[in-house]
Amino acid sequence: MAGKTVEAKVQAEQKPRVLTGNHFMLGDHACAEGALAAGLDFFGGYPITPSTEIAEHIAERLPPLGGRFVQMEDELGSMVAIIGASAAGARSFTATSGPGFSLMMESIGLAAMLEVPCVVANVMRASPSTALPTMAGQSDVLQARWGSHGDYGVIAYLPASPQECFDLTVRAFNAADKYRVPVFVLMDEVVGHMDERVIIPDAADVPIIRRKGPRHPPGEKPFLGYAPDEDLVPPMAHAGEGYKVHMTGLTHDERGYPALTPDVHDKLVNRLVDKIRLNAADIEMYEEFGTEDADTIVVSYGCTSRSARQAVNQARAEGLKCGFFRLITAWPFPETRIRELVKGGKVKRFIVPEINLGQMRREIERLTQMPVLRLNHGGGAMPVPEAILELIRS
Amino acid sequence: MSATEQIIHPAATIHPIDGLLRADRLPHILCPGCGIGTVIHGYAHAIAASGISEDKHVCVSGIGCSGRAAGYMNVDSYHSAHGRALPFALGIAVHNPELNVTVISGDGDLAAIGGNHLIHTARRNVNMNVICINNFTYGMTGGQVGPTTPIGAKGSTAPDGAVEPPFNLPYLAKATGATFVARWTILHVREFQDAMLRAMHKKGFSFIEVLSPCPTSFGRANKIGDGLHEMELYRERCRIENGATNLEDLDIDLLDESKAITVGNFVDIERKPFTG
Amino acid sequence: MDLPLAQIPEGRVHVIAERCKECGFCLNYCPTDVLIYSDDINAKGYHFPVVAEGKETSCVHCRFCDLICPELAIFTTDVADEEDKAGESNGG
Repeated sequence: MAGKTVEAKVQAEQKPRVLTGNHFMLGDHACAEGALAAGLDFFGGYPITPSTEIAEHIAERLPPLGGRFVQMEDELGSMVAIIGASAAGARSFTATSGPGFSLMMESIGLAAMLEVPCVVANVMRASPSTALPTMAGQSDVLQARWGSHGDYGVIAYLPASPQECFDLTVRAFNAADKYRVPVFVLMDEVVGHMDERVIIPDAADVPIIRRKGPRHPPGEKPFLGYAPDEDLVPPMAHAGEGYKVHMTGLTHDERGYPALTPDVHDKLVNRLVDKIRLNAADIEMYEEFGTEDADTIVVSYGCTSRSARQAVNQARAEGLKCGFFRLITAWPFPETRIRELVKGGKVKRFIVPEINLGQMRREIERLTQMPVLRLNHGGGAMPVPEAILELIRS
Repeated sequence: MSATEQIIHPAATIHPIDGLLRADRLPHILCPGCGIGTVIHGYAHAIAASGISEDKHVCVSGIGCSGRAAGYMNVDSYHSAHGRALPFALGIAVHNPELNVTVISGDGDLAAIGGNHLIHTARRNVNMNVICINNFTYGMTGGQVGPTTPIGAKGSTAPDGAVEPPFNLPYLAKATGATFVARWTILHVREFQDAMLRAMHKKGFSFIEVLSPCPTSFGRANKIGDGLHEMELYRERCRIENGATNLEDLDIDLLDESKAITVGNFVDIERKPFTG
Repeated sequence: MDLPLAQIPEGRVHVIAERCKECGFCLNYCPTDVLIYSDDINAKGYHFPVVAEGKETSCVHCRFCDLICPELAIFTTDVADEEDKAGESNGG
């Protein structure tokens, strides 16, 4: 807010929660607007390039809407603060990049174990360690799935445009609530730092699907906060509602009480994984074209998919049987569809360009057992369409 | 029954304060002579006496023996990660300022791994009550030294005695901005309750250090004897000095018999609480 | 002097034997030395407090044993309250 005039400040404070209309907007800001539109109540975060713009934007927009913004002392506290706020009923959010994401890992596991909904934006940059703070990376896609110790399920989205930053962040909040799980919005620095058209709908057209609550009044009987319904998701009560909730990161029974036995643990951990795995059809998102008759499929995501799209279009114009498959959810990975694509027998190989040394290519290799041509860069540079086209032609 | 006959109750009988505990989980896991149960007990009495609805009380703990306290409280309770009770509590307190949030955790959880959160949550003056049970050790993991272990005291990771100067927690809390700072021991049951009630009714970051025996780890390694012996140590060496201002002089030298241990309600000031 | 107004309560000791872990706090800190260890043990093998012979009317309901107990295994009630309740139910 440094340097803002009084008039500008007043104007900022009168903005509605949902900024309906056509905008030319930074990806990071679109992500922030998506969170606000989804009903954000609490943001706890820490500045880190290239995600800082999300925090700054929310610092300005959220308090006038009655929400709370806290710049925490570090990412360790940020992740935990958003879990606490969500346990008290908030739609909560934090934003970070690789180094902060690593710091958050322990508590991402805590969120998964407590089954507390929350959303984490990771604007990925070149990694590991400090690397290239201001430059593109897609380095954390595997970490988003496997980063915390142990087995658990998560959901992660891969926006490829500022519009998707908005749309997928809204979706992330709903998915987090629906499945009582931490959800990641993984945009790379290119997408986060680009300006592009973003259309924000009317507030009434922004879907908001909240977490399911207890089905009996407080005090009527002991509340079982970890007794799953058929969808494997338990109802959730919040602090202050009178249900005498107990949550612990220890292995727990259906009441939430510590129950430290191998049987309870195996059952619990399997449910945390199955909660996402068995509901994958409802969650996973992808975009494809030209795949029905393709012998080569380019699998891409984020900013890389923009180059891939152009390359595939050009290749198809040249008569090459090339298909385009874009991951919109990183996790769950669209395994069923990939397996379907190879079942036809037409696909001979995949090309997976990534701004990392081959992370999602492992999923393709695992699922298809087929050759995967690599186009990898350690970080900092986006693959150009020509490079992908050359591989398609090869 | 006659006016004098005692009553020995079967296990299922309710203690008057059991409603505020998850009594189906008692007896708790803590060792004979450990003071954490007394803190749990005192917190329950304070909730009952606070005049604030049980539904508004929330307990958050970290990891360690002290961290197990949340699991026994029959209020909304959260057993979070090691060192992270304070930001967890911050999220709750800032999102819903009507809740009365109490953190119960240990010296290692709050002042070592959680140290950064301690100083910042105090600096912000977030409205919460923090009970730091100081037993001078990492009890749960078997008695390693910690940031409050006295110099020379034995611990499993300092077999020849701790060499690092320990924290003076009330001094630290005051310096980083806590608006209510107290130190008691588990022997001081009524003073502790009064301090808890003050903390519950005060808007701001309240920090109450409570000294407790750990007979199994710390006590045994340092030949203090059982819990009762450490309680006697408190009884003989504690002096109460409410309103003391020279907190920097009030270090605890637990193993030096010539040194007094100063307890009391030290700081009670007003400062704008943090609302986010 | 208002001595007649100063009533020292008489307490009844209640022990939840199965919770006791024999820490000794209540025994040691009772101001009127009401408690000793039982000969019996509970299921975990601990001796729990019982009222010593001859000390049956010595409890003054100070509640220190209640408050200091880490196990919530002991509490006292005011005998006068019981007599009041008994009196009420008898209509007397």
